[in-house]
Amino acid sequence: MNGAINVMQRELTGYFETPVAYVFLIIFLAMTGIFTFYLGNFYERGFADLDSFFRFHPWLYLFLVPAISMRLWAEERRSGTIELLLTLPLTTRQAVLGKFLAAWLFIGLALVLTLPMWFTVNYLGSPDNGVILAAYLGSWLMAGGFLAIGSCMSALTRNQVVAFILSIVVCFLFLLSGLPMVMNLFNGWAPQIVLDGIASLSFLQHFADITKGVIDLRDLVYFALVITFWLLANVLILDIKKAD
Amino acid sequence: MIEAKSLCKSYGHFKAVDDLSFQVESGQVLGFLGPNGAGKSTTMKMLTGFLAPTSGTALINGVDVVESSVAARKNIGYLPEGAPSYGEMTVKQFLTFVARARLIEKSDVPASVDSAIIKLNLSGVKHQAIETLSKGFKRRVGLAQAIIHDPQILILDEPTDGLDPNQKREVRGLIRAMAEDKIIIISTHILEEVAAVCNRVMIIAEGRLLADDSPQGLIARSRYHNAVSLVVETPEKVASTLGVLPQVGKVEIREGELTLFPTGETGLLEAVTAAISENQWRVSALRLEAGRMDEVFHNITCTEASA
Repeated sequence: MNGAINVMQRELTGYFETPVAYVFLIIFLAMTGIFTFYLGNFYERGFADLDSFFRFHPWLYLFLVPAISMRLWAEERRSGTIELLLTLPLTTRQAVLGKFLAAWLFIGLALVLTLPMWFTVNYLGSPDNGVILAAYLGSWLMAGGFLAIGSCMSALTRNQVVAFILSIVVCFLFLLSGLPMVMNLFNGWAPQIVLDGIASLSFLQHFADITKGVIDLRDLVYFALVITFWLLANVLILDIKKAD
Repeated sequence: MIEAKSLCKSYGHFKAVDDLSFQVESGQVLGFLGPNGAGKSTTMKMLTGFLAPTSGTALINGVDVVESSVAARKNIGYLPEGAPSYGEMTVKQFLTFVARARLIEKSDVPASVDSAIIKLNLSGVKHQAIETLSKGFKRRVGLAQAIIHDPQILILDEPTDGLDPNQKREVRGLIRAMAEDKIIIISTHILEEVAAVCNRVMIIAEGRLLADDSPQGLIARSRYHNAVSLVVETPEKVASTLGVLPQVGKVEIREGELTLFPTGETGLLEAVTAAISENQWRVSALRLEAGRMDEVFHNITCTEASA
C-alpha cells in the first residue's frame, strides 16, 4: 500500500506543477455552473434541490474525465518513464492503483469546490441535504468508473489523443447501455438475459438511483465492480505490453 | 552477483536476445558493446524486471527476476536509456519520490536525497523543474536516482549517450569511483568508453554473445597489436629494407605511413629503432600500436554474426 500511496502523491504533485490541474478545475466549475443555471433552469424550476446540477454530471464527465485519464499511462509510455516506474520495487497493481487514486482524489477536489452550489440552495430554501450528499457520493463513484475505463484505455497507447477518443467511446457505451441507441444493437438476436445484463451496466441508471437519495448496496457494489474490473484490465494490459 | 541463464526474448519471429548466459561478480564493470539493435537494452530490461524473458531467467544476488521480480529489483539501480524522468517535478521532488519508492526508511529519505544531490553535483539546480535542465544535468538526475539507495548492482543503459566530451568524462569518472564494491553493467556503442571504464567487455550482436573478454584482451585480438607504425620521407625504400628483418611480417603503406606487422619473434620495435639509427633515416613519427578496438569490433560483429 505504501508503494501505491507514494505513486499517488507523486501524481498529485505532478497535477499541480503543471497547468493541467488549474485548467481542469476552472473548466469544470464553469461548465457545471453553465449547465446548472442555463440548461438546468436552476432558478426557474422553483425547487430547492440540486437536481439541475447533478443531472449534467454524466455528460460533463464523459469529456472531462478522459481529459484527465488520457495522460495517465500514455504519457509514461511516450516519455519512457514507464520503464523507470515499473522497475522500482513496486508491483504493477500498486502503480495502477496509485495513479487511479490520485486522479480520483483530484476529481473529488473538483466536486468539493462546487460546494458553494450546495450553500446557495440551502440559502434559498430548505433542500433534503441527505439526498444531496448521496448525489455527491454517487457522482464521485461514477467519476471513478469513468476514470478506471480511461486509465485502462490510456495504457493501450502512447498517444494521448488516441487514449482520449477510445475512453470517450467506451465511456459513452457504458453511459448509455440502458438506452435504445445501444439496446437496439442487441435487440432481436441476443437472449433476454444478455439484454438485461447490458441494460444493468448503465452508468446513468445507477447514478439516477443514487441521486434519488437511495443508497442501495447494489449501486455501490456496481461502481466498485466497474472500477475493479477496469483497473485489473489495466494491470493486465501493462503486464502484457510494457514496452512499445 | 548476477547470473543470467539462457535469456531469450523474441518478438514474433524476431529474436532480440538469443540464449544469453553469463555471470557478473562484485567489482566488475561490465560493458555491453554492440551495434544498435543488438539486444543490449533488451537484456538490461530483462535483468531489471521490466520485460519478462520469453525463456530463461536471471538471478540477482540469488533472487529470480521472473519469479520474484519485485524482490530482485530492490538490489538494483537502473538508468533506462535516455534517462527518463518526470519533467514537471523539481530535482528534489523527483529524487524524494524515487527514494521512497526504493523503500528507504522514511527518516533517512532526506539524507539519501541530499547525498545523491551532492554526489552528482546537482545542488545548484535542486529546486528547478527537470524539464528546464540541460541534457547533461538530466543525465545526472538519472544517475542520481539510480544510486540513491546505494544499490549493490547498477545497470546503466547508454549513460553517456548524447553528452558532450566533458560531461562524458565526468560521468565516466563517477562510474569508476563507484566501481570498487559494486557490480556495474553499462551498455554502449562507443568503443573508447569500454576501454575507459570497463574491466570486462561482452560484445553482443543480433542477440548473441560473440566475445567476453577484458578490454586489453580484446585489443590484443587486433592485427595491429604490437605492430609498429612510422612516418618517413621515403616509405617504399624503408619498407624494402625493413621487410627483410626476421621480426617483420607483413608491411603496409597507407597515406605515407608505414606499418610493420610482427611475426612470432619478439623485439620488433627494438629492431626497427636499431635500423633507423643505422641507416640515419629521418623519422617524423614512430609508435608501437596497442591494437585497434574498431577493427576488432568490426571483425567480431561483422564476420561472426553473419557466420
